[in-house]
Amino acid sequence: MRLSRLTDRREVRALLLVILLLVVGAFKAPRLLEATSLSSIMLGLPILIVVAVGQMPVIVSRGVDLSVGSTLGLAGVIAGMTMRANPHAPLVLALGVALGVGLVLGTLNGLLIAYAKIPPILATLGGLSAYRGLAFIVSRGKQVDANDIPSALTDWAQKGPVGIGSVTIPWMLVIAIAVAGVVALWTHRTGIGRDVFALGSNPEAARLRGVRTRHALLATYALCGTLAGAGGLLYAARYGFVNPGSAGRGFELTVIAAVVIGGCDVRGGTGSVTGVLLGCLLLAVLDVGLAVLGVAADWQVFTYGAVILFALAFDAISRRAAGVVT
Amino acid sequence: MLLVVAFTIAARANHAFLDFAYLLDTTSLHAETALMALGMTLVIISGNIDLSPASNLALTACIVAKLAAGGLSAGLAILAAIVIGGLLGAVNGALVAYGRLPSFLVTLATLALYRGGAQALTGPASVKVPNALTGADQLLIGRIPFPLIVVLVVAIVIGVLLHRTIFGRWTYVVGMNERAARFSAVPVAAVKFWCFTLLGALSGLSAILLLSRLQVARYDHAHGQELDVITAVLLGGASLAGGRGTVVGTMLAVALVAVVRTGMGLAEVPTDYQLAVIGALLVGAALATGGLEKLAGWTRLAREVS
Repeated sequence: MRLSRLTDRREVRALLLVILLLVVGAFKAPRLLEATSLSSIMLGLPILIVVAVGQMPVIVSRGVDLSVGSTLGLAGVIAGMTMRANPHAPLVLALGVALGVGLVLGTLNGLLIAYAKIPPILATLGGLSAYRGLAFIVSRGKQVDANDIPSALTDWAQKGPVGIGSVTIPWMLVIAIAVAGVVALWTHRTGIGRDVFALGSNPEAARLRGVRTRHALLATYALCGTLAGAGGLLYAARYGFVNPGSAGRGFELTVIAAVVIGGCDVRGGTGSVTGVLLGCLLLAVLDVGLAVLGVAADWQVFTYGAVILFALAFDAISRRAAGVVT
Repeated sequence: MLLVVAFTIAARANHAFLDFAYLLDTTSLHAETALMALGMTLVIISGNIDLSPASNLALTACIVAKLAAGGLSAGLAILAAIVIGGLLGAVNGALVAYGRLPSFLVTLATLALYRGGAQALTGPASVKVPNALTGADQLLIGRIPFPLIVVLVVAIVIGVLLHRTIFGRWTYVVGMNERAARFSAVPVAAVKFWCFTLLGALSGLSAILLLSRLQVARYDHAHGQELDVITAVLLGGASLAGGRGTVVGTMLAVALVAVVRTGMGLAEVPTDYQLAVIGALLVGAALATGGLEKLAGWTRLAREVS
C-alpha cells in the first residue's frame, strides 16, 4: 500500500512540474500558449514518447539502454534508403524495415545482456558507438534527402485528424499515444510485464519464484529496440531527411531524462507509462519554452543535465524522508 | 590475466610494423585517454562508473583557456585545471557517495551538464590559449615526449596508491563487497568520493595536455572520449561489478586502443567507422572476459572432480 502511494506521488510530482512550467512559461512568455508554440510542442512529443515508453520497462528491469539514439539513427537511415530505392512502394515497407532493424538491434542487446550476462551499461554503450558507426558504413556517410522521402510519410507531421482552431493534432502524436497505450497494456496487464516488474524489484526473488528472467529481459530489450526503430521512421516523417551522423545523436540522454522525471525509480521495480508521458510532456514544453524565452540553444544540453540531476536529487530526498533504507 | 597476456601479444605484433619514433610521437595523442583511464580504473574497481570525464575535460579546458586568456600565469593555470577538474569530479563523488545515487545516472547527468556548461560558456567559438601553455607535446626529454612522462609518473603514483597503500586496499574491498566493507569499518563513502575526485583532477590535468597540443579550447573537445577511456579500463581486465582491475592492465589496454586507433588512422579508416570498431572491441572484451571466466570455472571443476 505504502509503495503504491509512493508511485502515485512520483507521477503527481511530474504533473505538478508540467503545470508549474506551463504557468511560469505563460507568464514569462505568453507566446508559449500561441498556436505555433503548441504545434511545435506537439511535434516534439511523438518521437520522444515512442522511444521513452520503450526505455521505461528496461529501466524498471534495473537496466538501461544507451543505444537507443544510435538505433534510431541506423533504423532511420536504412528505412530512408529503402524509400529512396523504392519510391512507389507503400509506406508499410519502410515501417517494416524500421521496426525490423530496431527489433534486430534490440534483440542483440537483449542476448548480450540476458544470455551473455554483460552488464547493460557496457553492452549498450558498445551498441551506442557500433550502431552509429554502422549507420555511416551502410549509408557511406550520405544523408537521405528530403526529395527521397515520400510526402505520404511527412504528412504524418503535417496533417492530423483533429484540429482546434489553427492547431492541428498531427497523426504522429496520435500514433505515439496509441503506441504508449499498447506498451501500457503490455507492462501493466500481461504476465511478462509483471515479470519485468518482479525482476526489477528483486531479481533473486523473481528467479526463485519461477519468473523466466532471461526471457523477460530479452523481450524488454527487444521491445525497446523496436520502438527506437519506430522512432527512426518518425524522425524521417518529422524532419523530412535522415543524416547518419545527427539523427538521434545524444537522444538517449533526453529519453532517460524523460523516464527518470516521469517517476521511474532508477533502482528498478517502479515506473508507469503515465509518468513517462508526463516526463515527455515536461521536456517538450521545456524545449519550446526555452526557445520562446530566447534562451540560446547552447544551454539546451546543460538544461537536460540539470533536469536529470534535479529529478535524481528529488528522489533521494523523498526516499530519505519516507524512511526507505537503501 | 590471460586477457592481459593476449592483448600484450596483440600490441607487440602491432608495434613491430610501426616505426618506434612515430609510435612515441603518436602516444602523446593518447596521453589524455591514458590519464583518464588511470583515474577510471580506481572508480571502476570501487564498483562505480563515471561517464563524465570527457565532458569534465572540455569544461575545464574552456574555463582554464578563458582564465589564461585573461592573464593567468601558466603555473597557476595548470593548478587551476587540476583544482577545477577535481571539483567537478567531487560533485560526482558527493552525489554518488553521500547522496547514494547510482553512479551511471549521476554521471550521465553531469556528462550533459559539464558539456552543456562548456557550450554555454564559449558558444561555438574557439578560445585561443596563450603561448606559455602550448607546446608541451613537442617537448622531448631524452627521446621521450613530455606527455608520456606525465602519464608514466601518474601511472606510478596511481599504481603505488592502488597496490601499496591502505586506500588502495579499501578501494578493492568497497568494490568487492560494500556491506562487508562497511562492517569492517572501511570509510566506504569517503573512498568512493576520493576515487571520483581523483578522476576529476586527472581529467583536469588532461585538459592542460589537450590545450597544450591543440592551442585552442572548444566545447566539443574530446567528445565521446569517455568510450575510449572505459573501453581501455575494461580491456585491461577491470570488471564493472567492481573489485577487479590493475594499473598495469589498464596501461597495456590504453596502448592497445592507441595502437588500434593509430593503425586505423594510418589505414585511413574514417573516424566514424572507427566508432564501430571500438564499440565492437568493448562488447568483444566483455564477452571474452565472461567466456574465459567460465572456462576457468570449468577447468577448476574438472580438476576438482578428477
